[in-house]
Amino acid sequence: MSRIDTTFAKLKQQQRKALIPFITAGDPSQQLTVPLMHGLVAAGADVLELGVPFSDPMADGPTIQRASERALKNGMSLRGVLGMVAEFRKQDAATPVVLMGYGNPIEAMGWEIFAQRCAEVGVDGVLTVDFPPEESHEAFEHLQRHNIAPIFLLAPTTNEARIEQVAKLARGYVYYVSLKGVTGAGNLDLSAIEQKLPQLRKHIKLPIGVGFGIRDAATARAVAKLCDGVVVGSRIVQEIEDSTEKNVVANVGKLVKELRQAIDQ
Amino acid sequence: MSYNYPDSSGHFEQFGGIYMAETLIPAVEELRQQYLRFRDDPEFKAEFAYELKHYVGRPSPIYHAKRLSESLGGAQIYLKREDLNHTGAHKINNAIGQALLAKRMGKKRVIAETGAGMHGVATATVAARFGMECIVYMGAEDIQRQAPNVFRMKLLGATVVPVESGSRTLKDACNEAIRDWVTNVESTFYIFGTAAGPHPYPMMVRDFQCVIGNEAKVQMPEMIGRQPDAVIACVGGGSNAIGLFHPYIEEKSVQIIGVEAGGHGIASGKHAAPLTGNAKVGVLHGNKVYLMQDENGQIIETHSISAGLDYPGVGPEHCLLKDIGRAQYVAINDDEAIAAFDALCRFEGIIPALESSHALAHAIKIAPGMSKDKVLLVNLSGRGDKDMNTVAKLKGITL
Repeated sequence: MSRIDTTFAKLKQQQRKALIPFITAGDPSQQLTVPLMHGLVAAGADVLELGVPFSDPMADGPTIQRASERALKNGMSLRGVLGMVAEFRKQDAATPVVLMGYGNPIEAMGWEIFAQRCAEVGVDGVLTVDFPPEESHEAFEHLQRHNIAPIFLLAPTTNEARIEQVAKLARGYVYYVSLKGVTGAGNLDLSAIEQKLPQLRKHIKLPIGVGFGIRDAATARAVAKLCDGVVVGSRIVQEIEDSTEKNVVANVGKLVKELRQAIDQ
Repeated sequence: MSYNYPDSSGHFEQFGGIYMAETLIPAVEELRQQYLRFRDDPEFKAEFAYELKHYVGRPSPIYHAKRLSESLGGAQIYLKREDLNHTGAHKINNAIGQALLAKRMGKKRVIAETGAGMHGVATATVAARFGMECIVYMGAEDIQRQAPNVFRMKLLGATVVPVESGSRTLKDACNEAIRDWVTNVESTFYIFGTAAGPHPYPMMVRDFQCVIGNEAKVQMPEMIGRQPDAVIACVGGGSNAIGLFHPYIEEKSVQIIGVEAGGHGIASGKHAAPLTGNAKVGVLHGNKVYLMQDENGQIIETHSISAGLDYPGVGPEHCLLKDIGRAQYVAINDDEAIAAFDALCRFEGIIPALESSHALAHAIKIAPGMSKDKVLLVNLSGRGDKDMNTVAKLKGITL
């Protein structure tokens, strides 16, 4: 069983929901990414989404755009991100790590080399925002060969036929984008999520994580009630931006602890 | 074997596709279905033809640049005068086509990205013409260098949003327009300006722009009794070029030449010529194309004196035409484009857009080496009024 499957199976047994924080690798500095990852786990994270910065983050709002710009300025590359996961794995063999980003840095490296490296360093899943199932045949083949889970997004606009299609390809968990918009948007609509989930559950047997627009303990708790995992990105990245290099790990840890408590309540 | 691209999934062999975030996939799928439905609808075609004739002023004439040709002493240069269209460039052809589609899809809000501002002006124009709300995203850098067009868009009732992220040029304006679209996907039609982006845009924009080449194919025999020896157009995303080229693809006697922005020269790295500069294949803005990027797959900043060509990618059909060898792609540097700009002003009394000056510069370069009975048809895709500030600044003049 993969790390992602094991993690969700254990959570289910405990009747708990997954907390899935997102940070951009290389933000605020390359040195702080691995300590931040360990800090997230210590504060109660179940799965880590590690953002691979891209020069043109079309699906992201201003907060994660700025994080990508800082990370690229710090010299972050896909190769570097893989190295960070290897470093993280020296002390944590259990927590699943999902790389999230845009397809071009992977295209530039080549999918086979990338998938092979993911397996070597201990990456568990890969989410490429701008590669829908229609364009993911090559990616899927290579990820599959190395037992890396392709994580797919579903959106409020996704119709039933597409949900069925994604259900066939997805592994690990499925990421439901809770709103029409970019990351960090403020227009979360809980009743809309509640209405959409039965349609998703009809076809998706994997755990469903919900993200985009979750900005505090209250929204995290409300969303957790509806699904299997809560993804929090922009709020954490904002905390990183508002912190100094000295207190960033502590500040992010404190925030994630609050989210954890809210979800477990 | 006949040329028939894209395939039903929007691919031009390995190029093209629908590389978009999930939220937008249903929107591009709906657009594809609606476009296919209306493309051959007699009423849609008639309305499009009517607008092109009575609102845009088509057909645009072809003009023999006699004095310029004589000064070069070789091939005859003919100009397809897209600069004479309403709003001053070829962009209006596509903007009208997409606006008519938006109208049929019940969308009352349109958005657009713009580089030089010509597509923004065209979109603002058709939005006013059809009573739609219009938001135009434009890089802050481009707003500086194309100030007259910004004012035009505002006069036409559009909201111009400056984009401060990234290189603050066309690609960043695209990013921001996509972010708007994903947020307002149900109310909004994205009038995309070039023959790139996710399927069906490369096909749809090409089809709307093919009026250029279709007219030329009728006009050239009327003027000189035959088709030209070569058709030449500038290529940023490549919509004016594909509009001229596509109808000529099966005319094997006609050479097809696309001219990219060479900036300070290909060797300098400061250019916007992915095809000529042998860029690697990559994915940006919804399609797989030749794309200027670093070894880590990050998109690099481009340079061109012409804002409309200052883009790291190129439409997927041009990538295919390069690979199959049907079209040849070359680059013209900033200074060569400026020299061509000056030449057309002085010899013919026509002030060309800096974008079109690139195509013209290549014709000026090759004409002297050809015999006088050879004919080069250059797409004069736009007029240069918008470039007054840029050119004045280069010449050390403050307006």
